[in-house]
Amino acid sequence: MSAGLLFFVFILSIFLGIELISKVPSQLHTPLMSGSNAISGITIVGALIATGHSSEPVGIILGVLAVIFATINVVGGYLVTNRMLGMFKKKEGGQK
Amino acid sequence: MSQMSVLIDFGYIAASILFILGIKMLSKADTARRGNMVSAIGMLIAVLITLLSGGMSYQWIMVGLIIGSLIGVVSARIVKMTSMPEMVALFNGFGGIASLLVGWAEFNSNPGLPLFTAIAVFFAVLIGGVAFSGSMIAFAKLAEIMDGKPILYKGQQIVNSLLILGLLAAGTLWAMDPTGANGYLLFMGVMVLSLLLGVLGVIPIGGGDMPVVISLLNSYSGLAACAAGFIILNNVLIVSGALVGASGIILTNIMCKAMNRSLANVLFSGFGAVTTSSAVSGGPQGEAKSVSPEDAYYILEAAASVAIVPGYGMAVAQAQHAVRELGELLEKNGAEVRYVVHPVAGRMPGHMNVLLAEANVPYDQLAEMDSVNPIMTTVDVCLVIGANDVVNPDARENESSPIYGMPIINVDYARTCIVMKRSLNVGFAGIQNPLFFKENTRMLFGDAKASLQSLVAEFKES
Repeated sequence: MSAGLLFFVFILSIFLGIELISKVPSQLHTPLMSGSNAISGITIVGALIATGHSSEPVGIILGVLAVIFATINVVGGYLVTNRMLGMFKKKEGGQK
Repeated sequence: MSQMSVLIDFGYIAASILFILGIKMLSKADTARRGNMVSAIGMLIAVLITLLSGGMSYQWIMVGLIIGSLIGVVSARIVKMTSMPEMVALFNGFGGIASLLVGWAEFNSNPGLPLFTAIAVFFAVLIGGVAFSGSMIAFAKLAEIMDGKPILYKGQQIVNSLLILGLLAAGTLWAMDPTGANGYLLFMGVMVLSLLLGVLGVIPIGGGDMPVVISLLNSYSGLAACAAGFIILNNVLIVSGALVGASGIILTNIMCKAMNRSLANVLFSGFGAVTTSSAVSGGPQGEAKSVSPEDAYYILEAAASVAIVPGYGMAVAQAQHAVRELGELLEKNGAEVRYVVHPVAGRMPGHMNVLLAEANVPYDQLAEMDSVNPIMTTVDVCLVIGANDVVNPDARENESSPIYGMPIINVDYARTCIVMKRSLNVGFAGIQNPLFFKENTRMLFGDAKASLQSLVAEFKES
């Protein structure tokens, strides 16, 4: 893929992100932050690919460490967000 | 082979769409939880598709995935809601370091990088490194491993500027010729300086400004993932990284607006430390009137409307359940109860809302600052629980105050204001609070949870 095309995608995505969330109610600040934090764990894709790059020890260690950290970010991030949002939900159900 | 690559492309497109929908749904109350699920499915698809594309060492990937998942699941399960800010900071830092490692691994396996890739690696290491070390400092400050006060020294701006110049110089030299021992040395230099920049950038920022810092660092880790996307030429990383980067910036902006300060002011002013001396000497005179829990009970018992204003002190004392219990008793007593939450109360965006939700405070009793301030004069009792700077009338009245202009909750306009606090100490901003000395203010000293429990006991006895 050409560099120009990647930049095109990058710039459009920034604009999309800004348009997407212009107004957020304050009770959702934390979930939105921790949910988007989990998404930034997408770097796990890069980490997975990195493990295939080399067979010497340093390269393997770097790749595996990247996978570990990215996985913690992804798994932990989604679960924590889900737990928080679960509390918001339970309450609505309880009011019925 | 080509069919495979088409499948992979479509998988990544599907994942990107799910991330976009997920973030959109996350920003609305009734769809937020589903939004999180949608984006998690997107992540799963992205990972599975990548694994399908082959050319990886699967046994090592399994090791990494298992270790990472175990740590992630366990820490997400056991973390207390009151410790949520430091947990988010920690996860965020891990995302940053992962992007840094992706850059390092790419360079390590293939030192003769073309210029474009070298620049992408430089940004992944720089932004990922700053996001990691900055988040670790934020974590240490929030978990109180480190003092939350800003750390300032003479020439701090100059040191940081030199650091950035050094980074750019080392990065440029390295990107032009990344090969050989020299190249590796320069790379290590870039990495160390980036980590240092994260540390030095966050230490001058006080604990009260942490909501801003956390959302900014969150944005950085997204941009670091973006840079990693430019390294491996992968659109899904670029799209989702940019989405996170943009959403982080927007949240940061919301937080800054809530404090009536610019981002530059938050990052560079070392808020708190510089103002302490002047604030202490020119502190407000007068005597604070303290009350016993019994007296506070009589005031509350007679109130027809009560506004509860929680702050970081409620989180520290883990008093959210006791707050809810008192709120229910007040309602039973016939009072109208509202919880008024300041946008930057606590240590991360929306911190108080999460804690009150954990304690099952009904959603419709949560009120925003702007809707309660105009009718504050009709409120009988305002109960301030461990909040300080966000209720400081100096922000409204004292032009020389460092927080002048910050929107606050006008608790002093209520007929009576009961402030629960451990002592008369200054808040994180290091500024005296004239609220404590006002005619209609009563101080209920002690641990917020203990005070609340004795109030609850008083209500139950009668």
